[in-house]
Amino acid sequence: MDAVRLLAIARKEWIQLRRDVRSMVLAFALPVALLLFFGYAITWDVHDIRIAVLDQDASRQSRELVEALEASGYFHVTQRLSGYGDVDARLARGEVRGVLVVPPGFARDLAAGRDAAVQLLVDGGDANTATIAVSYAEAIVAGYSRGVVLQGRRIEIPARAEARVWYNPRLESRWMIVPGLIAVIMSVIAAMLTALTIAREWERGTMEQLAATPVGRLEVVLGKLVPYLGIGLFDVAMATLAGTLVFGVPLRGGILLLGVLSLLFLLGALGLGIFISAALRSQVLAMQVSMVATYLPAILLSGFLFDIAGMPAPLRLVTRIIPARYFVAVTRGIFLKGVGLEVLWPQAVSMIVFAAVGLALATRSFRKEIA
Amino acid sequence: MTGAATSAVVAVERLTRRFGALVALDAVTFDVRPAELFGIVGPDGAGKTTLLRILAGVVRPTSGDARVRGVSVARAPEAVKPHIAYMSQRFGLYDDLTVRENIDFYADLYRVPRAERPARIERLHRFSGLGPFADRLAGKLSGGMKQKLSLSCALVHQPEVLLLDEPTFGVDPISRRDLWLILHEMVAAGVTVVVSTSYLDEAERCDRVALLDHGRVLALDTPAALQARLPGEMRALRTDDPRRAAATLADAPGVLAATLYGDAVHVLLARDAAPAAVRAALAAAGVAVIDDAPIEPSLEDVFIHLVGRPEARRV
Repeated sequence: MDAVRLLAIARKEWIQLRRDVRSMVLAFALPVALLLFFGYAITWDVHDIRIAVLDQDASRQSRELVEALEASGYFHVTQRLSGYGDVDARLARGEVRGVLVVPPGFARDLAAGRDAAVQLLVDGGDANTATIAVSYAEAIVAGYSRGVVLQGRRIEIPARAEARVWYNPRLESRWMIVPGLIAVIMSVIAAMLTALTIAREWERGTMEQLAATPVGRLEVVLGKLVPYLGIGLFDVAMATLAGTLVFGVPLRGGILLLGVLSLLFLLGALGLGIFISAALRSQVLAMQVSMVATYLPAILLSGFLFDIAGMPAPLRLVTRIIPARYFVAVTRGIFLKGVGLEVLWPQAVSMIVFAAVGLALATRSFRKEIA
Repeated sequence: MTGAATSAVVAVERLTRRFGALVALDAVTFDVRPAELFGIVGPDGAGKTTLLRILAGVVRPTSGDARVRGVSVARAPEAVKPHIAYMSQRFGLYDDLTVRENIDFYADLYRVPRAERPARIERLHRFSGLGPFADRLAGKLSGGMKQKLSLSCALVHQPEVLLLDEPTFGVDPISRRDLWLILHEMVAAGVTVVVSTSYLDEAERCDRVALLDHGRVLALDTPAALQARLPGEMRALRTDDPRRAAATLADAPGVLAATLYGDAVHVLLARDAAPAAVRAALAAAGVAVIDDAPIEPSLEDVFIHLVGRPEARRV
């Protein structure tokens, strides 16, 4: 290992990167752009669900119920229907996500103390939104009827669960999404950044010349890694800024720990890119393989979108070899819970292993031989 | 090992390289002496590139070995690399780096001390004429300039052995001449140069030449000695119908070879054959001879005679 040669490779790589617009965009603009794009696009929060109301009772009580729904902020009444005939068409065309039907006699039944049923027809095409809409509506209707029943009386409720949500008290899904998204984006970008470097030298014929010099394999691999490591850390910093300033996600844990663990993760991810590049020797192929190898697992198997605990056992096992899984846990842990190494050490160990494997694969696969 | 082999800078012994069923090099053996300008000549596919790549340590031999300055390329390819410079056939520098950045990069890789660099680069610029283009991107240089830059990068660490794979391929005549002048200067300064070419006029400038075909060395000698090997007299005939003349003479008695050479036909006559018989054969075929004179055989004539087919590239 020779520092002069390693730095020569790093400097050369940096000059080439600086003069290539596509690489510059990929390295500096894409990560934050993706974060902003997906940060806004992906959300599980349900607001302003458009509903229609078919009020067949037309009483003060029925109007109060509809007002209660609207006042919650979760529902937005956009249409008032006059008959059942319209319900189907409105739902089918997607003009509204649900229809509230208040049957005739609603106010009368309430006054008489009988069961007063209202009907909520929900578009189940999007099961997630439908489920949330139904539970919101049930809660609002329950609240309304409690008010009607109580009206001045007091009742004792024997057992009551008092739920408190920690770390994300308002249950904003963005708080969940953004830290995980940083991890997912960096997995993909990191591998793509280095996927081109070795393949480009093979395609342009510069590798033959390089292979005939006394430069060492590790010097080439680390030299190519250094500039991208710097860029990767810069991207994490930018994404952290965007996450906290634009999306208001709290950063409760230590910045230094986030930096060190990001560095470990990037070593492995960049090494993986070099491995793919050296093994395939084609820029197009290396780009595609690195995309597929990082993007899908990072999205589906990292715990970013789907809870790992809820996966079938074999799939849970698979997630253990997905590096993004550990990074997602790290970013969420540091951002939302403010935890340190006392909690994140298993992830840290996994990332050290990942970095070592990534670098070993990269160095092994890179050969100073033409044929 | 013989005395000649120990003083050899490059000693190639039964060097063989197979690519699957293809035998690229077949038990090639030769020695290159210190400060020799050694040419490797052969048609495309003869094995020139494979040979140079093995000497440069970037391709492993299947069997046999080559010692460069006594170091085995089969066993210790990395130990060979600090002492040599290799210039691949294809331009191997970075198009998106400037002339200066490319040279600095190679100076770093070979650990050229910083204090020595300005003087060395100044000297390289003097012969290459690249000084005024120091800040130009390598990709924006002409073909000849690119080759001079490659040579500059190869020479920046003052190698003892210079390996060049067809350095003048696709280069304009002026730059070709310049490159050869540089090579002669290098040899005069004590550098051992092994250069491959398919231009036979270039091979004639070498101290010794190995004729390579299908992975075998057909002949190895000085250009003059190789030319003297022709078993007959070489004559150039100019006729009113060169094609017909060449076809007629190929079957004429006493003619060992007849090759079309531009608008002339080069005829290799057996020593006991009479030039008059040739003219008679042409007259019988209705071809009029304009001019007929003995010529010095070129290396190309030798080559064609040895290989048995005119495949070498002409300028």
